[in-house]
Amino acid sequence: MTKRQNRMLFVALLVAGAILAITLLLQALGSNTNYFYSPTEVAEGKAPVGKSFRLGGLVAKGSVKRKDMKVNFDVTDNKNKFNIEYTGILPDLFREGQGIITTGSLVDGTFLATEVLAKHDENYMPPEVADALEKAKESKQK
Amino acid sequence: MWKWIQAFASPQNFYYTAKKIIPWFLYPFIALTLVGLYWALIKSPPDYQQGDSVRIMYVHVPAAWMSLFIYVVMAVAGGIGLIWQIKLANVVAVVSAPIGAAFTFLALVTGAVWGKPMWGTWWVWDARLTSELILLFLYLAYMSLNNAFDNPKTASKASSVLAIVGLVNIPIIYYSVEWWNSLHQGSSIGVTKVSMHIDMFIALLLISFAFKFLYGVLILMRARDELLVREQNSRWVKAVVMEGKNND
Repeated sequence: MTKRQNRMLFVALLVAGAILAITLLLQALGSNTNYFYSPTEVAEGKAPVGKSFRLGGLVAKGSVKRKDMKVNFDVTDNKNKFNIEYTGILPDLFREGQGIITTGSLVDGTFLATEVLAKHDENYMPPEVADALEKAKESKQK
Repeated sequence: MWKWIQAFASPQNFYYTAKKIIPWFLYPFIALTLVGLYWALIKSPPDYQQGDSVRIMYVHVPAAWMSLFIYVVMAVAGGIGLIWQIKLANVVAVVSAPIGAAFTFLALVTGAVWGKPMWGTWWVWDARLTSELILLFLYLAYMSLNNAFDNPKTASKASSVLAIVGLVNIPIIYYSVEWWNSLHQGSSIGVTKVSMHIDMFIALLLISFAFKFLYGVLILMRARDELLVREQNSRWVKAVVMEGKNND
């Protein structure tokens, strides 16, 4: 083997080694790298019990009830849902139907939240287009 | 082909060729920036949910793309320098690092500024944000490792190994929003679909091409300087210095 081929082999082994190490690491971490649990995962008992964790899902339509600074709403993934109780300021993007991630813990079936973050999706459009889409959807349903 | 590459990559030849190429990057950069700013700030509509805050995206996304792109260039150039021992490849890798670090920093800061009003937080430790922060640390580690050696040849050997190992972080950043649940949204721009209004997309493309040309300008200018320092004992550099004195 020439010196150059030797160095090529070295670089190839370096890349292969790094990929192997990271793959094993990520495998070992498993679901710990997930930022939040979905309502279904919580219902299946995958979320830690009695400890604080993050719950992510959509704010159920028509479920938001406000009383002063206290907000009550349901978070759903269209299969399971949990009632959230939160006191504080909500982010700009918080609204019904919006994806959110909330930190807190489950107490007697109610999720007592200490933080509510709004998740944005990958769709970007002007308000007129959003309106038009909404109207098209409504006329289809009729 | 090989001969041509060798001729182009010789420090002396590159020093003069680069000077001629710089305007080819500089003027498109200026033009694209001006048109891009018009598209981003005036022509493109506000978002239906985010309002005018969506305009932060026109800096954030191109900067984030550049942070990945420059890292790949840096690692590949480092690898070429390592295997074929081409001086110019090492120089390209070394001068790319601070530019890449700057774009990474810009992506992180603009992301935080957008995140506060939209998500409700400056920072979360989700997969996308954390892996991008690791990218910044990789750039910084690369730069400090390079500065830790007096001999640039030894320095390039060590730092290129680091850059190549760090390459695994790039697909992790890119796919982090698909592999894991994250607060960060998925990509709007894929090979098959663009889930974004056309004027927003044009603004995004204009700025990202402007950034590419800016990188071209910076890398050529910095590579010329770096070559002068590295080749300071060679005859052609002395000739350049003499020429400069005469011109002043």
